[in-house]
Amino acid sequence: MSDAARGPFWWRSIGQRLTVLLAAIAAVLAVLSWWMVTSFAREAAERTQDNVLVASATTIAEALRSEQGTILLELPYSAFAMLNAIGEDRVFYRVAAGGETITGYDDLIPPTLPERPGDVAVRTISYRGDQVRVVSVQRTVLAGQQPVPVVVSVGQTRTGVEAIGTGLSRTAAVLSVAFFLLAVGLGAVAANSSLRPLNAFAQAVTRRGPSDLRPLRRKVPDELSPLLIALNRLMERLGQSIRRSEEFIAEAAHRVRTPLATVRAQAELALHTVEKENEKKMLRRVIRAVDESSRSASQLLDHATVSFRAEALARDEVDLADLVVRVAESLSPTAEMKDISFRLDATAPAPVRGDLILLESALRNVLDNSIKYSPGETEVSVTLSQDDPAQWRLTVRDHGRGFSAESLPALTGRFTRGGNVDKIVGSGLGLTIAEDVLIAHGGRLELATPKDGVGACVSLILPAA
Amino acid sequence: MRFLLVEDNVELGEAITGRLSLDGHAVDHAKTLAEAEEWLAVAEYDLMLLDVMLPDGDGREFLRKTRTAERLPVIVLTARSQVSDRVDTLDLGADDYLTKPFDFGELEARCRAVLRRRGTPMPAVIPLGAAFFDPSSGMLTQDGASHTLRNRELRLLEVFARNQGQILSKSQLLDRLFPQDAEVSENAIEVYVGRLRRRLADAGVQIETVRGMGYRMSAP
Amino acid sequence: MRVTHFARSLATVIWLAATGAEAFEVEDQKLYPGTGATTIKVVSTADLDVFEPFILQFQAEQPAVGIDYYVASSTELHAAIRDGEVFDVAISSAMDLQFQLANDGAAQAYTSPVTDALPAWARWRDQVFAFTAEPAVAVISRERFAGLPRPTSRQELIALLRQNPDVFEDSIGTYDVRQSGLGYLFATQEARNSDTFWRLSELMGRQGAALYCCSAQMIDDVGSGRLALAYNVLGSYAAERIARDDRLEVLEMEDYATVMLRTALIPATATQTEGAALFLDRLLQEGLRDTPETWVLPPLGAADQPEARAYGPIRLGPALLVYLDQLNREAFLRAWSDAMVQ
Repeated sequence: MSDAARGPFWWRSIGQRLTVLLAAIAAVLAVLSWWMVTSFAREAAERTQDNVLVASATTIAEALRSEQGTILLELPYSAFAMLNAIGEDRVFYRVAAGGETITGYDDLIPPTLPERPGDVAVRTISYRGDQVRVVSVQRTVLAGQQPVPVVVSVGQTRTGVEAIGTGLSRTAAVLSVAFFLLAVGLGAVAANSSLRPLNAFAQAVTRRGPSDLRPLRRKVPDELSPLLIALNRLMERLGQSIRRSEEFIAEAAHRVRTPLATVRAQAELALHTVEKENEKKMLRRVIRAVDESSRSASQLLDHATVSFRAEALARDEVDLADLVVRVAESLSPTAEMKDISFRLDATAPAPVRGDLILLESALRNVLDNSIKYSPGETEVSVTLSQDDPAQWRLTVRDHGRGFSAESLPALTGRFTRGGNVDKIVGSGLGLTIAEDVLIAHGGRLELATPKDGVGACVSLILPAA
Repeated sequence: MRFLLVEDNVELGEAITGRLSLDGHAVDHAKTLAEAEEWLAVAEYDLMLLDVMLPDGDGREFLRKTRTAERLPVIVLTARSQVSDRVDTLDLGADDYLTKPFDFGELEARCRAVLRRRGTPMPAVIPLGAAFFDPSSGMLTQDGASHTLRNRELRLLEVFARNQGQILSKSQLLDRLFPQDAEVSENAIEVYVGRLRRRLADAGVQIETVRGMGYRMSAP
Repeated sequence: MRVTHFARSLATVIWLAATGAEAFEVEDQKLYPGTGATTIKVVSTADLDVFEPFILQFQAEQPAVGIDYYVASSTELHAAIRDGEVFDVAISSAMDLQFQLANDGAAQAYTSPVTDALPAWARWRDQVFAFTAEPAVAVISRERFAGLPRPTSRQELIALLRQNPDVFEDSIGTYDVRQSGLGYLFATQEARNSDTFWRLSELMGRQGAALYCCSAQMIDDVGSGRLALAYNVLGSYAAERIARDDRLEVLEMEDYATVMLRTALIPATATQTEGAALFLDRLLQEGLRDTPETWVLPPLGAADQPEARAYGPIRLGPALLVYLDQLNREAFLRAWSDAMVQ
């Protein structure tokens, strides 16, 4: 079990993983950008308010004059009108000369005051139940002969600044959400398009037939080329290994069978030249032993082939009718030797999907069995029929000794032979091979005793293509 | 019939040659593909028996390259038995395929079948009294009327026809007639001999029983 | 200095004991009992006869709410609310004072669908709400103006006053801005807008203008022929009086108009805020009405009158604080007195 399979559902797909990660990044960036825009906006609004307050205080300070030793002030209208620019905020002011209030709000006393003329002090204080931004400027006014420092403080609540900040923050939030959604969408598109070569690659591998071990030749992104190279190497090694084992099997068969063939041929030749009946008997025994071992060898090899091919089953279109004709033709010399005749009833095209070689092997084994267990001068019939549109039934019926009732269910087991096969050479693998092939194709093998009680009835059932 | 046997195993080759000679066939035995080419260049054959694994190459490659199979019927002999090989070989133009070890009866039957399919005329029709026997087609012709003999009858008649005047024991006949993998009682021979006697009744050919010895076919 | 003080016609002068040692002068008071337990205290600068139709209308819709209606001058009202007198609604024609109350934290914020429907210039911080737009107008006596042309601007008015000193000697009335908050507002705003104000004031002063506390008395005196011209009276009052007194006429001035917004607020001291909210919403609906004729006090839409449009109504904003500044007030009153009181 890989790590990927253990994570949450979205972790199992690279595409979803990328999308989620990109979305997470987009979310972080969206929150960050919202926060930055909000704080910038607030700062800008605050700075604007400070500037307006400074301008207002300066305008008032400029309007200070003295007349006969008295400091006079006519508050300029514009000094307060401009304060409306920020928003609907409460306004407080105080003009004080040497700590004595000349006009305005007596209790508006900022904690720090400008030290020198031209200085500006900016503070946020709590005043009359509100946070108030207070700007103080100092101007020296000559009262009679005496220079008097006059401090002008103008304060304003921060509702407008907050409103501007909140409004921009809301706009920024909407934009951030939109940006986030856009980023998620684009992220998904980006993830998909980055994974397209991987998907195409995977499909190219999937589309291949089970025995297609040619190297993949396609342009892949750099990240995939190690995988492609590794896969091609693996396929090459697999191909070599399969070839080697096929060659080994062929070589082994050759090494075993050639001497057997020699022994059999020599024995048969000798059989015709010896006269004594007991010598003939011995030779016949030799021949039968050879036949038995050669038959076992071929069925073992057949069985190995079936197991191997069934794992990666080819799905070619195979016509059962055509198959029946060809297999029967190739077996007819064998049948002829016993004067067994084939009756074929398989004319309609009967397409199935599967491995031609395996299907041929299955039918050959069944027919071979029938010939083998039938007495001479009998008939073996092969009938192709369709029980329902979804499946084909290929029935091989012979007039041999049939199955004994007690052994019927176990007959297709490996190395099992019927209880009534005395003296007939066989390995017991024939029906096993046939059944394995059929099961691999999604079909099944049925064994039955015909209604008239003579012979055997073997049905190969396959799903229609 | 004249066979070209291409088989690198000397003992097997000799055994096949000997066994086919018993039935009156002529066999040339080539041990390599090169040798086979030489034989093919100088002689005419009715049929080639070709082993697929030879020291100087693959019999199937030989078939594909020389296209011998286009003019000469070929039965491939192989020690390999994989179903895929069978398909491959037949696709390359071989007429049939036989896995070693094989029964000579089956070889004979396959040869006959191949020749019949190819339409190659068999060497000669054998006169049997008033009738003529064509071993290739299994036809017994007399007075313009033909009978097709069953395979075992045919093979039995062929044995008798090629060994006219000789006494053939039941055991000998049994070995010719039945594959070695089946135990058949000698009584079966009596059945087939009986059938042949009826077929040949009008031709004036007799299969007489030599008590304790076997049968002998004699022309009148 | 000749300042005419008219005795209050109806008003009983009541000295109310305030929370502390403070007291304020109430010109009139009437209780409109409701069927429920709630009675809201409303203090207003508007006379009872002006406001009564609205109160009755309101009680027809909300019979449960009783209304205790007090009439006070705008300065008295401002002082009372500033000093923490308990009222649930404060209605004043002196928008600068109302603004100052809100600015100094003496008003509560209130929002409702009705307040949201107000134009932005008609509310401030959801604390001060305007429900009328009332121009200052000049009212003349037809009798006294017989044979004289009707001036259409301040310049023409000045010329007319100069040319006919006999007609206008002791026959011009205007607000005593020292006494009347509304008069002070009109005067300061006009002085800011045009220099003709000071020339006109000087001229009126020379001709012995009579100074009044209130629009109503001025209009009365024009009606009686005692005055030939009343300058800067409330247009709403004038319109109502002209409708039933054909001796009066409003001068159509085309140069400019000072438009005041009558405003209401809920004082921070209000106790019956729910009742106050009902009352305020209903009042603001009057301010938003499309049919000006139904009440003496014109709706906000009146601010769109042609003369008014040039300057618009006086803005609710910090600038209103400028003329409330003690130094500015002193300076302005000094200048005004110099011009007017000769």
